[in-house]
Amino acid sequence: MHGYANPTRFLKIARPATAWLFGIGLLLLVAGAWGGLTMTPPDYLQGDTVRILYIHVPAAWLGMAGWASIAAASISQLVWRHPLAAVAGRAIAPAGATFAALCLATGSIWGRPTWGTWWEWDGRLTSMLILFFLYLGYIALASAERERGGDGRMAALFGVVGAINLPIIHYSVLWWRTLHQGQSISIAQGSSIAPELLWPLPLTMLGFTALFAAVALMRMRAELARQKVEARLRRSMAE
Amino acid sequence: MNQWAFVVAAYGVTIVATVGLLAWAFLSMRTAEAEADALKRRQ
Repeated sequence: MHGYANPTRFLKIARPATAWLFGIGLLLLVAGAWGGLTMTPPDYLQGDTVRILYIHVPAAWLGMAGWASIAAASISQLVWRHPLAAVAGRAIAPAGATFAALCLATGSIWGRPTWGTWWEWDGRLTSMLILFFLYLGYIALASAERERGGDGRMAALFGVVGAINLPIIHYSVLWWRTLHQGQSISIAQGSSIAPELLWPLPLTMLGFTALFAAVALMRMRAELARQKVEARLRRSMAE
Repeated sequence: MNQWAFVVAAYGVTIVATVGLLAWAFLSMRTAEAEADALKRRQ
């Protein structure tokens, strides 16, 4: 990782990677959404609303993966003082917050015809809402620290502590058996979803993940360009 | 209850949010990089 600590070296890879991730992500997403909307049969219980899961599940995955990435970047910043770690954390946060919000919104839209309610203070829904608020807190804290010229250590600590919520979200369906159904896909037990309904899901998962990565790289490039401008202005004022 | 209305609403919200996020990230990157390039040329 330290090999890419140099912003110039990082940008050499990030510039072409942004375009590739965007193109591949869009292609996979369109294919997955098209398949999920037109080629899969309706579920015998949920009917056509099952099609919402092709966007809800990737949104939930990216909301959680986004915070896991922030926590990893924060540890990298606090322990190894990786120069790009704080930039990465700040770049990931808006995308993570958007996908956490999308998870809540699409879940709510799916819940109305399936559960008969838009919202329930269920363990999974509440812990996901907390994750969304954690993102807002992180964005506010990181911005305030940056404006005051801080090194982003407080935001990094917040990023690490906030990761406590991730296992709570994951195990909430086992700890509190309320409204949200249990896990349908696991590494150990495979999938309980019928294959004819399942196949578009990996496409939308990969598509959204590639677009998420493209957004994070674009935000990192913007932040590095801004840092370059600030450094140049400081240098010219000093001369 | 028309189930497709809920499907359309969920996909609509997702498209608006994703396109908005991508556009914001792209425009802020282009603006910041153009500013950095312009400053580099001036100096």
